[in-house]
Amino acid sequence: MHELSIALSILEVAGEEVERRGGPQVEAIHLRVGPLSGVVPEALVSAYELAREATPFAACRLVIEEVPIVVFCPKCEAERSVHSMQDFSCVECGTPAAKLIHGRELEVSAMELIE
Amino acid sequence: MNTQPRIVEVRRNVLKHNDQVAAALRRRFEEAGVFVASLVSSPGSGKTAFLEKTLTLLKAKGRRPAAVVGDLATDNDAARLARSDAPVKQITTGTLCHLEAAMVENALEPWTLRDLDFLFIENVGNLVCPSSYDLGENLRLVLLSVTEGEDKPLKYPTIFNSADLAVLTKIDLAEAVEFDRSAARANIQSVRPGMAVLEVSSKTGKGMNEWIELLESKRPR
Repeated sequence: MHELSIALSILEVAGEEVERRGGPQVEAIHLRVGPLSGVVPEALVSAYELAREATPFAACRLVIEEVPIVVFCPKCEAERSVHSMQDFSCVECGTPAAKLIHGRELEVSAMELIE
Repeated sequence: MNTQPRIVEVRRNVLKHNDQVAAALRRRFEEAGVFVASLVSSPGSGKTAFLEKTLTLLKAKGRRPAAVVGDLATDNDAARLARSDAPVKQITTGTLCHLEAAMVENALEPWTLRDLDFLFIENVGNLVCPSSYDLGENLRLVLLSVTEGEDKPLKYPTIFNSADLAVLTKIDLAEAVEFDRSAARANIQSVRPGMAVLEVSSKTGKGMNEWIELLESKRPR
């Protein structure tokens, strides 16, 4: 359970962005989370709600966009989805594919500002 | 005043600070010529025994290994590792379930990296949280003991996917617990295609030479 540390890091990143942009009010923080980031979105939302208390983000929503796993399939020679996290094989041809293109993301993608 | 929110693109990695510290560590390790391996596993899968054996074997070959070990509350693991005569540093994480790059950086403070050939970082016993944090290591090992069952990789795909090498530990007990090696290997390949797998016993020494040879082949000259 490390979602609280992650939530604090999100607020830190958002705080830096606010400062850089001259202190606008933030309505929402958009987060992109991959299944391989090691973060559970539901747990992160709870942790975020705790972490934002008594900060300038107390009323700021967290919007999570889940990013699907994408690999480079050596046989198709193209970016493909995999069957599941338990089965890293190309959905098109079934070839095991190790090269990860997306799925580890944990990034603040955007913010909704009121200026 | 316009009250309609405006969406601005940010695109910033949440763990950027950790990643920057990890990248700086990796550069320092490379400059100092030290090869760094980290170990993750569930509690009780044999990280400390494996590491103690590794340190002892490397010392016997005249190499200069050291270890940094993370634990929630005790320094028992550091005391065990110190029996190998290698320098050992304990990081007590309190309630934190994983190591972060800055903790490793602080732990290394008293050491001169040039005096080392190998550094091992033993993470807190946890198969979930450590997967998110880069520690600047060159090689990440995930350990799985035969007593844990063959399906661990399927239950914790994220940590297995973040690792470079899987180590099946306590292999001397495989028969007694009816451990199905090929099922375990198939599960590892399913979550991390192409990952190399070592089978070891810290007790009998089985597989340890292969591991030491692998380390020696990675050592910067």
